[in-house]
Amino acid sequence: MTNVKNNKASEEQMAYAGVLNAGMWLGLAILVITFFVYISGVLPSFVPIDDLPKYWTMRVHDYNVALNAPTGWRWAALVGKGDYLNFVGIAMLSGLTILCYIVILPILFRKKDTAYVVLAIVEVLVLSLAASGLLKVGGH
Amino acid sequence: MVQCYLKVSAMLLVVLTMLTAAGTAFAANDAAAPAPATVEAAGRGDAHAVEPGPVSTVPASTAPWWIWPLALFVTTFILGILAVLGGVGGGVLFVPIVGGFFPFNIDFVRGAGLLVALAGALAAGPGLLKRNLASLRLAIPVAVIASAAAIGGAMIGLALKPNVVNTLLGATILFIVVIMATAKKSDFPIVPKPDNLAQSLGIMGIYREESLGKDVEWTVHKTPMGLALFVVIGIMAGMFGLGAGWANVPVLNLLMGAPLKISVATSKFLLSITDTSAAWVYLNQGAVLPMIVVPSLVGIMLGSMIGVKILARSKPKAIKWMVIGLLLFAGLRSLLKGLEIWK
Repeated sequence: MTNVKNNKASEEQMAYAGVLNAGMWLGLAILVITFFVYISGVLPSFVPIDDLPKYWTMRVHDYNVALNAPTGWRWAALVGKGDYLNFVGIAMLSGLTILCYIVILPILFRKKDTAYVVLAIVEVLVLSLAASGLLKVGGH
Repeated sequence: MVQCYLKVSAMLLVVLTMLTAAGTAFAANDAAAPAPATVEAAGRGDAHAVEPGPVSTVPASTAPWWIWPLALFVTTFILGILAVLGGVGGGVLFVPIVGGFFPFNIDFVRGAGLLVALAGALAAGPGLLKRNLASLRLAIPVAVIASAAAIGGAMIGLALKPNVVNTLLGATILFIVVIMATAKKSDFPIVPKPDNLAQSLGIMGIYREESLGKDVEWTVHKTPMGLALFVVIGIMAGMFGLGAGWANVPVLNLLMGAPLKISVATSKFLLSITDTSAAWVYLNQGAVLPMIVVPSLVGIMLGSMIGVKILARSKPKAIKWMVIGLLLFAGLRSLLKGLEIWK
C-alpha cells in the first residue's frame, strides 16, 4: 500500500501513461497506413474489396465458414494480404494494455505493493487469456 | 455565439438522420440482391467458399463498396462531435446507430464498437493519468473484475442470435437514456470513512481542482458492492460492444463516492482495459473487419477533436438533450429491429 502525499501522479502511473501514449500513436499510425495499403490494392486482399458488401451482412460464424476465414491467431499467417495487414495495428492497440501492466510490475515490486503486484499479474493473465484465442464461442 | 453552435449541432443531427435514413433505404433497395453462394476469388483475393448459400441476417448490398466506409466516416465524424458535446462515449452512440442503419451484421458492428471505444480510451488515457485525474489505484482492482466479466459478455454476445442481441441492445440503450435523463451527479461526494477493502488497497488520492484553486483529497467506500456491479457492467460492455462510461461513472461517483472528475477520468481510462479483453474475443472470432473499423475509428477521433474545440463555446445542456433524443431513436430502432417490427 502506498500513502499519497501530494497531487502528483505516482511513478507507476507515469510509466503506464508513457507506454500507453507511445504505443497508442504507433498503433494508430500503423493502422492508418495499412488501411491505405489495403484500399489502394497494392497488396492482394483475402476477400476482394468489391465482394465485401456481400459478406459483411453475415453473422461472423457464417462469414468464417463461407470464406474459410481464419480465427484466433491464424490471421498472422495472412499479413501479406491487404485486409489482414490491418490486423497488425489492431492487435497492437489491443495488446498495449498488457504491455503497460508488464512495465509497471517492477515498480510495484520495488515498492513492495504486494496487493497491486498480485492484481497486475492477474490482469495480465486475464488479458493474455482473452488474447490467446483459446476461448471459443459456439456456432449458431 | 452559443446560438450559432447550437444551430451547428442541430444541423449535424439533421445530416446524421438523413445519412442513416439513406443508409436504411439503400439497404432496403438492395434487399432483393441474393447473398452469394461462393466467392469469386479470382484476381486479388484468395478466400474460398466451402459452403453454398451462407445465411445472412441482413439484406446484402449491391452498392459500390466505397460508399459504406465513406458514409461510415462521415457518420462517425458527426458522432464524435456529438459524443463530446453530449458527454457520452463514442461506443454507446456507434453501436445502435451503425447497427441500426448500416447494412453490416451486428457482430461486426459490435467488434468495431469495442475498438472505437478502446481507441478513444487509449487516446485520452495518457493525459488523464499524467494529470492524476484518472487513478491507477482505483482502476486496477475494478479493471480485473470488469475485464474478466467483459470476456464472458463477449462470448455470450457472439453466441446469441442477432434479433436477441438487437432486442437486448435496444432495451439497454433505452435504459441508458433513462439514466442519462435522470441520474444526478455529485462533484464531491461525502465519504465518511473508507471501507476496509479500500483502506487495505490504499484507494485514495489527491488531485488539483482548478475550479477551486486547491488540492482535493479523496477516497472511496462501498468498494465490494461497487466491484460486484462492475461484473454486470463488464458483461454488458462485452456483450453489446458498448463503451461502459454511462455505467462506470454513476457507480464510481454516486455509489463509491469518488469525485466526479476522478470518476469520469478513471472511467474513460478503465475502458482501455475492459474493452481490450472483449476486443480480443471479437478479434479472435474474426468479428473485426478493417473496412468497418478504420473509417469509424478515424472518423470518431477526428470528430472528438473538433467536438472538444466546440465544447468550450457551446451550451452542453441543450446538446445533451439532443444526444438523448438521438439515443432514444437509435434504441427504439434497435429494439424494433430485434423484434422484427421495423426491419
